[in-house]
Amino acid sequence: MQTMDMNEKTDALLRRVQHPARYTGGEYNQVLKNRNETDVRFALCFPDTYEIGMSNLGTKILYGVFNAMPGVWCERVYAPWGDMADELRAANLPLWALESGDKLSDFDIIGFSLGYEMAYTTVLDMLDLGKIPLRAADRTGLKNLVVAGGTCVCNIEPMADFFDLCFLGEGEEVDSELIELYRTAKKENWTKTQFLKRAARIGGVYVPSLYDVTYSEEGTLAAFTPCEGAPARVVKRIVKDFEHSYYPTKPVVPSTEIVHDRVSLELFRGCIRGCRFCQAGYTYRPVRSRSPEELLELGKAALEDTGYQELNLSSLSTSDYRPLSALCDGLLTYCEPRDISLSLPSLRADNFSMDIMRRVQKVRKSGLTFAPEAGTQRLRDAINKNVTEEDLLESCRVAFSGGWNTVKLYFMLGLPTETDEDVLGIADLAAKVLRVWRENAANKARGVRITVSTSEFIPKPHTPFQWESQISCEEYLRRVHLLADALKRTKAVTYNWHDAEVSQVEAALARGDRRMGAVIEKVWCDGGKLESWSEYFSLDRWLNAFASCGLNIDFFATRERGEDELLPWEHMDVGVSKAHLLRERARSRQAILTPDCRISCTGCGAAALLKGGKCDG
Amino acid sequence: MDKLRLRFSKTGRAVYISHLDLMRTMQRVFSRADAGLKYSEGFNPHAKISIVLPLSVGMASQCEFLDFSLTEETDLSRLPERLNRVMPEGMEALEAYPAEEKGALLKWVRVEGIFADCRHDAAFYNDFFTADNIVVTRRTKRGTAEENIVPYIRRAAFADTADGVTCDLIVSAQEPSISPELLIAALGDSGPGYHRFMRTQVYRENMTIFR
Repeated sequence: MQTMDMNEKTDALLRRVQHPARYTGGEYNQVLKNRNETDVRFALCFPDTYEIGMSNLGTKILYGVFNAMPGVWCERVYAPWGDMADELRAANLPLWALESGDKLSDFDIIGFSLGYEMAYTTVLDMLDLGKIPLRAADRTGLKNLVVAGGTCVCNIEPMADFFDLCFLGEGEEVDSELIELYRTAKKENWTKTQFLKRAARIGGVYVPSLYDVTYSEEGTLAAFTPCEGAPARVVKRIVKDFEHSYYPTKPVVPSTEIVHDRVSLELFRGCIRGCRFCQAGYTYRPVRSRSPEELLELGKAALEDTGYQELNLSSLSTSDYRPLSALCDGLLTYCEPRDISLSLPSLRADNFSMDIMRRVQKVRKSGLTFAPEAGTQRLRDAINKNVTEEDLLESCRVAFSGGWNTVKLYFMLGLPTETDEDVLGIADLAAKVLRVWRENAANKARGVRITVSTSEFIPKPHTPFQWESQISCEEYLRRVHLLADALKRTKAVTYNWHDAEVSQVEAALARGDRRMGAVIEKVWCDGGKLESWSEYFSLDRWLNAFASCGLNIDFFATRERGEDELLPWEHMDVGVSKAHLLRERARSRQAILTPDCRISCTGCGAAALLKGGKCDG
Repeated sequence: MDKLRLRFSKTGRAVYISHLDLMRTMQRVFSRADAGLKYSEGFNPHAKISIVLPLSVGMASQCEFLDFSLTEETDLSRLPERLNRVMPEGMEALEAYPAEEKGALLKWVRVEGIFADCRHDAAFYNDFFTADNIVVTRRTKRGTAEENIVPYIRRAAFADTADGVTCDLIVSAQEPSISPELLIAALGDSGPGYHRFMRTQVYRENMTIFR
């Protein structure tokens, strides 16, 4: 088995940078193979730091699936922090993979996991550090095929110039099929073009170069034409049998601290709720669950082979997992005697969740977080957030009388149809939460901390709000100050607001088309990378890049799209029909709630992906 | 089982695991090996483990010591093998035994290494360290201080080889703690372009081996 060779050059660098352990690999459960016995080498790249990337469950799954394939060696590559990137460039050393220490250009396939638009410039920086040409057209050989998967692929047009192909949906099966095809192509000496044409026939594979795009005079898309037998619509792939799908019980255990340093159990995929702003809620459908028996076994196995002291129950809306009670009981029986804590990510503000919360967090009473998203019932109904004020206040009452004294409340500003009354409603709601504390606090001497946070609403593709406009930075700030003034009266409430500048760029990237590739490349040329970190983000750099490419950021971020406009992501079929999105948009305008999938099926279309199987919604 | 000691090595890629990260890593190693570490009582329980002489990031070692306690009677002769099955690359448990000596008795540390990319040969370095006075700026608890480190260097022997100049140092481990990096700093411009150190042995005041 091959392992990384620490030499003078790498040593000299590692001694000078912060947290060198994130660049060395060698962790427990890393997969080492013999170079001579592998015929496909896959670099699984995450366009953010080790600490973020190593916390990602999706890439842990793919790492396990790929390495289980004989002859395939999948290794990890993360984005170096600025100090390390500078050192690599100064020493003229290429970015290396953590397992073998081999340079990026040694790999057959270079795959990026894209979960966040602000990572796009980091993709380019990693390719450049790996000495790989950025644009797909400039890479002529079959080797160094650059591919992408992850949520962002549901509108990958802004990055279309850089990727040879993309995977739409869940990667476990389609990626393996692609790797097998690559193996054949390599053995039989196919050209890259030959390979891409064949790859486009695999369900869920999108080859951007096989589509011609034309634009109208107004700058909107005129036509999107498939060539060379590529499908007119790329249909999302899903794992149909989630119960028996691969789960990484032997994940790589980092030797240095990362963000989510724990076992993460995925209870189910998809979401029954249908919040109209939520991209994940629409693009991860249909709902598929694992049984509590299976989860218990997987959880135990993962805890035993990692030594972790925390187990997180992750899913889009964990409290919607039907047998959650039974699962928690089973897990607690195992975890409690071993001092392993259970954690739940996001909670709905209802009584059922509070009951689970009380049982799970017996020892440590960390803060509670709720996301009502909007301040008035009218607006919560408009976005289909099925939470009432009574639900929220009742949950707070239970929490405060149970000894909790910290509550965080998350909201969005700029939601479609939002008025000043809705903004001020947030302050009213916070004041009501405070009153509930006064009336129910178990121990008033300890005081209370209520934090209100707002971020700017970003319209995302494949949601009922995909046509909506985003409010401008100035308008967002006006609403922020309106709310801040109203909250001043309540001293126990702290108000934090997220920067609108990033949201504006994120909105442009999320709904952008292919012309955005030049903008992204220009931003990278001007030094843009790691832009999800505030110290690296610059709005001016983006505005300059838009200007120098002859494009206007408002055209992509704030402009409302016509319902008959051809959208850059319409050839990407995530399972939910356009008719359903339009229906939901119309209901939103009238503030009509749509019941969750368990109360009644809305016929969104996603169940068809199961081909006769049953949606667990 | 109280007051046990594990001797282990930390080489290769593991040299970049920092002290704090090492503590966390070791806890997980014990947990994976199903060797229950004793935890402190109280609101925020933590495993009762400590490192006798923390190692700086980037330096290798063949004699690190982890002090720990176990919840159950355990065959100590088999413990290293159990731990090694679940260790990260570059770390190896060597022996486990009851900790009879206090860590404070550890006085001298032997560090062997190599200087590469040197403008000088072994004779130069041997000469350099025979001086009566080698003053360096050292960080102490009270800030920085100018100090003569010669009394804290027991051996500084160099030899020429094909790969560069090898060094064999014995320096004070505690009170004061003299990092071999200080010797590099003392060399100033005469220092090597690249160097690598490995802690190879530790001794009591009287130069008998500490365990």
